[in-house]
Amino acid sequence: MEKFEKFTGIVAPMDRANIDTDAIIPKQYLKSIKRSGFGPNLFDDWRYLDPGAPGIDDRDRRVNPEFVLNVTPYDQGQILLARENFGCGSSREHAVWALTDFGFKVVIAPSFADIFYNNSFKNGLLPIVLDADIVDQLFKEVQVEQDYQLSIDLDQQVVTNADGVQMYFEIDDFRKYCLLNGLDDIGLTLQHADEIKLFEQQYYQNSPWLQ
Amino acid sequence: MTALTLYDKVWQQHVVREEKDGTALLYIDRHLVHEVTSPQAFEGLQINQRDLWRKSSILAVPDHNVPTTDREQGISDPVARLQVETLDQNCANHAITEFKMDDRRQGIVHVIGPEQGATLPGMTVVCGDSHTSTHGAFAALAFGIGTSEVEHVMATQCLLQKKSKNMRITIEGPVEAGVTAKDIVLAIIGEIGTAGGTGFAIEFAGEAIQNLSMEGRMTVCNMTIEAGARAGMIACDQTTIDYIKGRPYAPQGDLWDKAVDHWHTLHSDESAVFDREIVIQGAEIQPQVTWGTSPEMVIPVTASVPDPAEESDQVKADGMQKALDYMGLKPNTPLDEVFVDKVFIGSCTNSRVEDLRAAAAVAKGRKVADNVRQALVVPGSGLVKEAAEEEGLDKIFIEAGFEWREPGCSMCLAMNADRLEPGERCASTSNRNFEGRQGQGGRTHLVSPAMAAAAAVFGHFTDVRKI
Ligand code: SF4
Repeated sequence: MEKFEKFTGIVAPMDRANIDTDAIIPKQYLKSIKRSGFGPNLFDDWRYLDPGAPGIDDRDRRVNPEFVLNVTPYDQGQILLARENFGCGSSREHAVWALTDFGFKVVIAPSFADIFYNNSFKNGLLPIVLDADIVDQLFKEVQVEQDYQLSIDLDQQVVTNADGVQMYFEIDDFRKYCLLNGLDDIGLTLQHADEIKLFEQQYYQNSPWLQ
Repeated sequence: MTALTLYDKVWQQHVVREEKDGTALLYIDRHLVHEVTSPQAFEGLQINQRDLWRKSSILAVPDHNVPTTDREQGISDPVARLQVETLDQNCANHAITEFKMDDRRQGIVHVIGPEQGATLPGMTVVCGDSHTSTHGAFAALAFGIGTSEVEHVMATQCLLQKKSKNMRITIEGPVEAGVTAKDIVLAIIGEIGTAGGTGFAIEFAGEAIQNLSMEGRMTVCNMTIEAGARAGMIACDQTTIDYIKGRPYAPQGDLWDKAVDHWHTLHSDESAVFDREIVIQGAEIQPQVTWGTSPEMVIPVTASVPDPAEESDQVKADGMQKALDYMGLKPNTPLDEVFVDKVFIGSCTNSRVEDLRAAAAVAKGRKVADNVRQALVVPGSGLVKEAAEEEGLDKIFIEAGFEWREPGCSMCLAMNADRLEPGERCASTSNRNFEGRQGQGGRTHLVSPAMAAAAAVFGHFTDVRKI
């Protein structure tokens, strides 16, 4: 995984609550056995006017000119701004893969669904929780200013707008550490392999029916 | 000793180590695997040349993509076929137990785990699927994980987790006849909202929950994820133990007795404190129907479609309007005037034999209404199908004009050929009414099996208590 560096990026607003994983990446694309290539089908049902399926060339499809990610400069967006309960629905990591494949590095929302939130960190996507009032304010600012950008500093845990206003966000130390250093969870856990084995010994002694 | 909740107990028994910030390394007992969320995990293992930690913890089955007709012909969609073949190949390479498509034990992953006794009380159960919460009905800590975590469990038998907060939802008193587990859980989601359980593990308790069969308890826990919580749990009692006894993966002899002793401890201590408590009166719960594009958009069958004009919160009113536009519904329409085009009885929420019985009881001696183009019954597993056929349920359905299919996820998410056409309206026993869930442009109303069967034979939503 790449290290998560400080950056300033374009904010794409999606003014909806409860954006679910079926909307983020429709199920017909889940048949892939790869991790990449989901970007063109991010928000597929909203993004195109014709139905899509694996094998159909997306360049031949009519795009919905009103959908935010089809509008410049949001098609270059790196930060997605949304409302409550972003990423609800299934556990499919394909939703995160589609967002990162498109170019998003950050999603800002007042709340996230648990599994989506977890999956994000495994793929270098930073989900940032900000108060509903602040998110509301950000939506207002995006509306006024076409080329609206925000700066993200994970180390300091702040989002900064062009006027220098800083918004602090919370994140677990461990997740922050892994993201900043681009660490692979599995490698980290395997450093504790002996501890796991020791645990197992005791565990199966206590619960022999599970062995 | 401090009083513990059921969740606290199972959690504590599985903590291998803990980081300073509370991130725990949690040991995993059972890992269920299906074709959609596993290929990239197996690939990851291979790239990093890592082995599986404990193969015997894994049970694999293809379910999402499998056809529900003409199984012998195989899968015609080449992309779906490759995914199922990839699972077969991965399981063969690693010597993992898999119930393949032509195995009579094949079925939806959350149906076969409990059916085989592979889900046991006090276990940690994970699967790359959000409805893993189903297994919490057995006093197990069960939750869905993403593909990276699937790989993590395969390689280490552990997961990195932060402990959730505790919530208890108590349904006081019994529910009325005709009110099912599905109605209970839909009513709960209507009450707390789809984000109401975010950050919590929910324990379901109270008389109405205790009265449920294991099938009913699984229905309730299944939809915990729709209430925003990754895990839902129900205390272990005699109903749980009776269900497990004698199943293929269940312990036997001395080990059975030892296990049962332990299982009797799997309930919240009397004085355990929950971070949030919700109490709902069972008597107030009525058969439920969703009207919108989120499971929280739910009302009793006796009600009318809500009116956004009466909602004071503008963001909410806009959301309601969007949902009504998508669903093609007018505010204030009584639900029993809403006609359906298709009916789907199945999914990991409601495809067990008890669900099929409830639907068959309504279908018996009746005919599917003329305006209903298709009514599908898809059993949750091959064994459920056999059991239902032994009771003659298949004949009742077929005589009434339903189609009797092979087991799988089917029209719950329409990854195979079973799907809604744009604009079609469906009474469905599944768990998600999201836009496009059952087919692009399709309109889903979530209901119980009996309510779905009633919608099929009357052509519109009907209060099952009145028929
Ligand atoms: S039946 Fe539906 S909800 Fe259940 S595992 Fe299959 S697709 Fe998911």
